[in-house]
Amino acid sequence: MKFGIVRFPGSNCDTDAFRAVTDGLGEEAVFLWHKSHDLEDADVVILPGGFSYGDHLRAGAIARFSPIMREVIAFARAGGPTLGICNGFQILCEAHLLPGALVRNDSLRFRCREVGLRVENASTLFTNAYREGELVRIPIAHAGGQYVADDATLDALEAEGRVVFRYVDVDGRPTAEANPNGSANNIAGIVSAEGNVLGMMPHPERVALEVLGRTDGLGVFTSVARAVTEGNERAVDQGNEPALDRRPEPGAAAGVGS
Amino acid sequence: MTDTYSVDIRITPREGILDPQGETISRALGNLGYEGIRSVRAGRLVRIELEAESSDDAASAVGRMCEELIANPTIEDYVVRVREGVSG
Amino acid sequence: MTGATLDAKRAAATSEPVITDEVVAEHGLSPDEWEQILEIMGRTPTIAELGIFSAMWSEHCGYKNSRPLLQTLPTESPDVVQGPGENAGVIDVGGGWGVAFKIESHNHPSAVEPYQGAATGSGGILRDVFTMGARPIAIFDSLRFGSLESARARYLLDGVVRGVGDYGNCVGIPTVGGETVFDPAYEKNPLVNVMCIGVLPLERLIRGEAKGVGNPVMAVGARTGRDGIHGATFASEELDEEGADSRPQVQVGDPFTEKLLLEASLELIERDLLIGIQDMGAAGLTSSGAEMAARSGSGIDIDVALLPVREEGMTPYEMLLSESQERMLLVAKPEHEGAVREVLERWDLQAATIGHVTDDGMFRVRLDGEIVAEIPVRPLVDDCPTYVREGVEDPEVTARRDQDLDEYASFASDEAVQAALETLLDAPTIASRRWIYEQYDTSVQTNTLVGPGSDAAVLRLPDGERALAACTDGNGRYTYLDPRTGGRIAVAEAARNVACSGARPVAVTNCLNFGSPIRPEVYHQLSGAVAGMGEACAALGTPVTGGNVSLYNETGGRPVYPTPVIGMVGVLEDLEKRVPSAFVAEGDEVWIVGRTRDEIGGSEYLAACHDLVAGAPPELDLDEAAALVRFLVAAADASVLRSAHDASDGGLSIALVESAICAGDGPLGLDVDLDAAPRSDVSAAALWFGESQSRVVVSCVPQDAASLAALAETHGVPIARVGAVGASGGTCRLSGAGHAVEAATTDLRSIYETALPRRMREQAGLTA
Repeated sequence: MKFGIVRFPGSNCDTDAFRAVTDGLGEEAVFLWHKSHDLEDADVVILPGGFSYGDHLRAGAIARFSPIMREVIAFARAGGPTLGICNGFQILCEAHLLPGALVRNDSLRFRCREVGLRVENASTLFTNAYREGELVRIPIAHAGGQYVADDATLDALEAEGRVVFRYVDVDGRPTAEANPNGSANNIAGIVSAEGNVLGMMPHPERVALEVLGRTDGLGVFTSVARAVTEGNERAVDQGNEPALDRRPEPGAAAGVGS
Repeated sequence: MTDTYSVDIRITPREGILDPQGETISRALGNLGYEGIRSVRAGRLVRIELEAESSDDAASAVGRMCEELIANPTIEDYVVRVREGVSG
Repeated sequence: MTGATLDAKRAAATSEPVITDEVVAEHGLSPDEWEQILEIMGRTPTIAELGIFSAMWSEHCGYKNSRPLLQTLPTESPDVVQGPGENAGVIDVGGGWGVAFKIESHNHPSAVEPYQGAATGSGGILRDVFTMGARPIAIFDSLRFGSLESARARYLLDGVVRGVGDYGNCVGIPTVGGETVFDPAYEKNPLVNVMCIGVLPLERLIRGEAKGVGNPVMAVGARTGRDGIHGATFASEELDEEGADSRPQVQVGDPFTEKLLLEASLELIERDLLIGIQDMGAAGLTSSGAEMAARSGSGIDIDVALLPVREEGMTPYEMLLSESQERMLLVAKPEHEGAVREVLERWDLQAATIGHVTDDGMFRVRLDGEIVAEIPVRPLVDDCPTYVREGVEDPEVTARRDQDLDEYASFASDEAVQAALETLLDAPTIASRRWIYEQYDTSVQTNTLVGPGSDAAVLRLPDGERALAACTDGNGRYTYLDPRTGGRIAVAEAARNVACSGARPVAVTNCLNFGSPIRPEVYHQLSGAVAGMGEACAALGTPVTGGNVSLYNETGGRPVYPTPVIGMVGVLEDLEKRVPSAFVAEGDEVWIVGRTRDEIGGSEYLAACHDLVAGAPPELDLDEAAALVRFLVAAADASVLRSAHDASDGGLSIALVESAICAGDGPLGLDVDLDAAPRSDVSAAALWFGESQSRVVVSCVPQDAASLAALAETHGVPIARVGAVGASGGTCRLSGAGHAVEAATTDLRSIYETALPRRMREQAGLTA
């Protein structure tokens, strides 16, 4: 299977995502140029972190209009697994593939540190390799990672189990101290209503290689690879084209807790 | 007797100073197919409501705030405009 | 055409200002230098030519006061591929890989506008590295500010940290180390030194050369504005009291364009489309053009009318001297000019062919075809006058060094020792830098094996087996009290820090931050420090591959502390053998390596606890320093070290406590007897807080203790077991010289961690 990693001008975690897929996961990856209109038959699309267009105007606002985004949006709307990390999450929100928005950290400072996350829903395309409630440590590195949405959206995200990762302390509690940027409900990552689009601020690709000592983030890549492979196998068994549309189990949501 | 004034401060990159944000927006608009754009300068607007004796006092107080904190006179210009006396 | 008619035509074309003695003086040139220029030119230069000489013969570009001293430094070893004189130095790290690295200052711009000053400083040093064909993998920042009690110092710290952070974060280069020192000596003149390290396949090494007659010279990247006109001269003058008059010179950084330039440049180099490439840094088009021609013994002919500009009505003088950021000058292979344009266009970058290479040895500049400047390259670049001055020590320094320190050598009670320990943990120069480095992306590029908060950062190399260790070090207070010792210590401490991680120190880059060399007392500092650095570099086998000189760091007639900053790079053959700074587990044995002498002069203890800068700085024995480094590398290779942490500011007790409270999985306890450490007959203060050199706190599992001790003996390094690592969240117990201190490790950690944020919260939010 193949991962397509989009390169916007100013992307700077594109190579890290590439290494996570190839060296960490052992799958194929290609870079997709922002001016292209070709996803090159990628099974999974990654919008990597960085500062596309220098974060000018609003983070992700200009990248959202890159030529390749027409194909990315169509791919995602057709159920293609799409993963936005950090700046990629911001772009997904600007492109309305995910609800809400990411605004300046409440500290008004860029913050890079390893944070504790709880896997809130382990039955999504991107988290099936984790256990529900599992605690992982993954670094963040952003100035604009405060997730905001209106109450109705937040309620829907929580009710539908679409909050996938939440910032928590060492005991797994979503406290204010464990929240590095002021995100609503300590939200670190969410999926779309159809479950095939994940946006997360922490960088799983930075903890996906054995050589770096820890691999807490590798599960995101393993999960989606497994989901795609199984989906393809099932499709082949049934004599159909590969179907990518997989919805999370309803009712799999964990409580808010905060 | 003081009134409440609403004061707008328009802050722009100083003439001649590089404006990376403006340059990037200009480039992106070109990529989107907009033609004929000669230049883009991007700034910000700060609105302050404050108590002052007069419109002039409000303007001069805000001017001092700009010099000290709101603008960066090293690289930014600002224009202060007193919009209205809000109430008596 | 005769010189006279040329002059007349030029004057008519550009409405030349008349060059008077005042104009010459304003350009920072002495009457003697002006005479030399007249001789070189054989006529009165144009104003543009005067500007060119002024920039090239400034300290920043011409090193006129430092070159004779710098020439004494060792620059060669089997590891060095490229020494001083290029955009950056390059060493061979094996496996076909090279490492390019350099440090540079942006002190004056940061004093005027801390955010942009620091940002553009970072941008410049990144370009110096990627123009060698290397991909930048790490940034280090070495910073000096006044006391954080001052609002100005807090404002500068905030702005500089945001500036370094926003730039590197945006380009995607992790900032993984450095140092931050606070001292009133830097109150009005902060020091902002930034080091960049990059990796390259050695066969792709490219230099700033302009070879091949007729080859196209291209200006690439951002357009040229009036930014920083005469920045190079500016950097070579004292700041006036306010610094306000200098404002039009401020340059604004654009990291987004830098990122595009970085990717495009590396692609051009990888595809072998270029002859040479150089950053248009200080003195912009002038220095890049002239230096590239000088390296190749060629000439260059450019027309500034072809240069893409941001503002209207710019004169040749302004275009030649503009320091607009994110610009490069490159010489393309003629058959690839089209391909070069294609690559740049794909990255949304401007490219303009502005001239070509010649073989007549002239730096020739035209405006719409008319010659406006024509200077022989060789004398312009190589004949910058140099000065060897007479240095004299300031009697105040002599008096301070000779001051009797007996009254500070002992403690009245155990409580007094504990108070001193806590004061030091809370001292901004010692306390945790987390508040700073969490504003930097430290893990992007996934090479960071050991990040900030350790003695040296460790980064994996592309071969997947080896790693690079690097750090920056310098001690202005030591150098103030004794320049030669200070210079030696800067190098030795850097080597020790790199060796603590297990890596073999290989080479250095240096940044010399001093006051005005015209002052005999400053020249004394400069010559002494460089001599000391040279001795240490030779003893440790770590040659100098380049660097930067920043003089005239003074305001209101007071120079900053003379501050040589050393950037040291080392190689670890097996990345799995890296050694952390902090303790790892309860029950491990704690050992102290190196001898403690009766020294408290120049210490952070005197500064922080007694507000005193006095005494002789600690002695630096070069043989001891070299032996210690060899021992550390051997011990790491033998895998007998669990941790190794250099004892520096605050001495043994601070090094021990830091090793305990900074443990990766949460603070650990500690139980040690300082009396057991290898030592001469020393005072209580020297034992607890003295800063004797060549000492390291190490830990090992008990089974490895015998091997560790045997290895130390083999290398002739004194070593002694002083205690053991305690429980997680336990107690730190230290005793020695008749005193004992006991405190919860979590309490000590809290002091250490809150020192900076507590002081910075006092400050209102400032615009960046």
